[in-house]
Amino acid sequence: MINYLGGMWLAAKNWSPAIFTALALILIWEFVVWILDIQRWLLPPPTIIFQELIDSIGLLTRHAGITLLEIIMGFSVSLMIGVALASGIVWSRTMERSIYPIIIASQTIPIFTLAPLLIIWVGTDIFSKVIVVVLFTFFPLVVSLVTGLRSVDSEAVDMFRTLGATNAQIFRKLMIPTALPNFFAGMKVAAVVSVIGAVIGEWVGASAGLGWLMKLSGPQFQTARVFAAILVLSVVAITLFSAVVAIEKWFLRKYPSILSQAKNLGE
Amino acid sequence: MPVSTVDKDALLTVSGVGFDYENIPVLDNVDLSLNRGEFVALVGPSGCGKSTLLNLISGLSSPRKGTISANGIFESSARLGNVSYMQQRDLLLSWRTIAENCQLGMELRSISDDVSKTRVQELAKSFGLYDVLDHMPWQLSGGMRQRAALMRTILLENDVLLLDEPFGALDAITRNVLQKWLLSVLVRNDKAVLLVTHDVEEAILLADRVMIMASEPGRIIAEVDVRLAESSIESSFTSPEFVELRKDILELLERQEVSL
Repeated sequence: MINYLGGMWLAAKNWSPAIFTALALILIWEFVVWILDIQRWLLPPPTIIFQELIDSIGLLTRHAGITLLEIIMGFSVSLMIGVALASGIVWSRTMERSIYPIIIASQTIPIFTLAPLLIIWVGTDIFSKVIVVVLFTFFPLVVSLVTGLRSVDSEAVDMFRTLGATNAQIFRKLMIPTALPNFFAGMKVAAVVSVIGAVIGEWVGASAGLGWLMKLSGPQFQTARVFAAILVLSVVAITLFSAVVAIEKWFLRKYPSILSQAKNLGE
Repeated sequence: MPVSTVDKDALLTVSGVGFDYENIPVLDNVDLSLNRGEFVALVGPSGCGKSTLLNLISGLSSPRKGTISANGIFESSARLGNVSYMQQRDLLLSWRTIAENCQLGMELRSISDDVSKTRVQELAKSFGLYDVLDHMPWQLSGGMRQRAALMRTILLENDVLLLDEPFGALDAITRNVLQKWLLSVLVRNDKAVLLVTHDVEEAILLADRVMIMASEPGRIIAEVDVRLAESSIESSFTSPEFVELRKDILELLERQEVSL
């Protein structure tokens, strides 16, 4: 209990500068809008945005649910593709030479420009958005996993071989555990960009979702609703990020990095 | 001091072994043989191919010429898992407890968790690791980590045990404590132990025979019987017998450096 409270206090201490800065910025925003008498359709003050958030919470959560579904589907597909591609790249020299350069080159294509093509090819239903999320998220996953799998200590591989390990055992019991910290770093990046991917997909062609709601509200000068949607999107992104951190903490609970962190919080 | 001839009943036999690395000869015509219960130390200058020889015996690589037989196994890949090999670094996996690290070899052989846990606990007492079995590797001192690595190696229960500078990275005091401890652990064992070291004193203290290697290419140039009387082990480094042996071996090592 003391450890738990100590942890809470330390977390509060770590977060307080960020919270204070955000509050200060919101206050400045509020005052500037009132003092300069800026039109609400141009820049609504935070209080109006907050009011809009409460008034349309049903509408916002309904659309947030759809966006979240696209993100979760896209992220899951990305995980499967990412793990398969990274394993292949590390396992086979041919795959490394033939596929890895193409994956890297593919990232120079602005995905935003691909979205309209996907709408033409796949249609405006949920799958076009899922594909955009996949395009955004698989790259950080592949790169982090390849880096992680390659960071394995060759002497440790030798040690496993002298213990009579098969290649599959070396992969499962040495390479994957070695790669996990890197992989989770990639997962965190992917979690955040997945939100951007879903919004872009919805922007180009959709009939629901927060991106679609923002696109619709803008031309109607419902600026407060656009801001409220942005706020909900940030909450979605932070929640996804925190979920990945929680999963990471569980998977890496025995790793020195996580253990020492827990020890520091307990003290 | 004759170089040993190959013994047909030996547990480990290396005969006429040569090895090249990128066309540079690393080992040339190496012969050695170890019987059951024998402890042999290999000493020689850095880069004389001592570790390469252990890699060949363990099966990690194959010799260019000559044959190696450990426990009757001639094929390199078949020796993997059948020769216990402790490398220089402890290589403990940071995400596993000491017990889980020691269980690794048995886990890879699909021995049940209960059985391997019991075997680890049984051995942990004599290794002085019983109280730290649920600790993580980073919580242990260097000496304890080396002991854990040795325990992981020994738990494979192979007849041939290879040790590559097991205490090389430790401070002098810890090293001396562990040397005497190793002697007590391996006393009356029925294994053939081959130790690679650059520490002549360690070689005399632990081994029955010391093989002296020369470099470029690595080869065995002399063999010294260093079986100490019980009383000499007690007083170890200061007994006249020990000092004499140390002088002989250092002279042999220096002579080859002069000839280089």
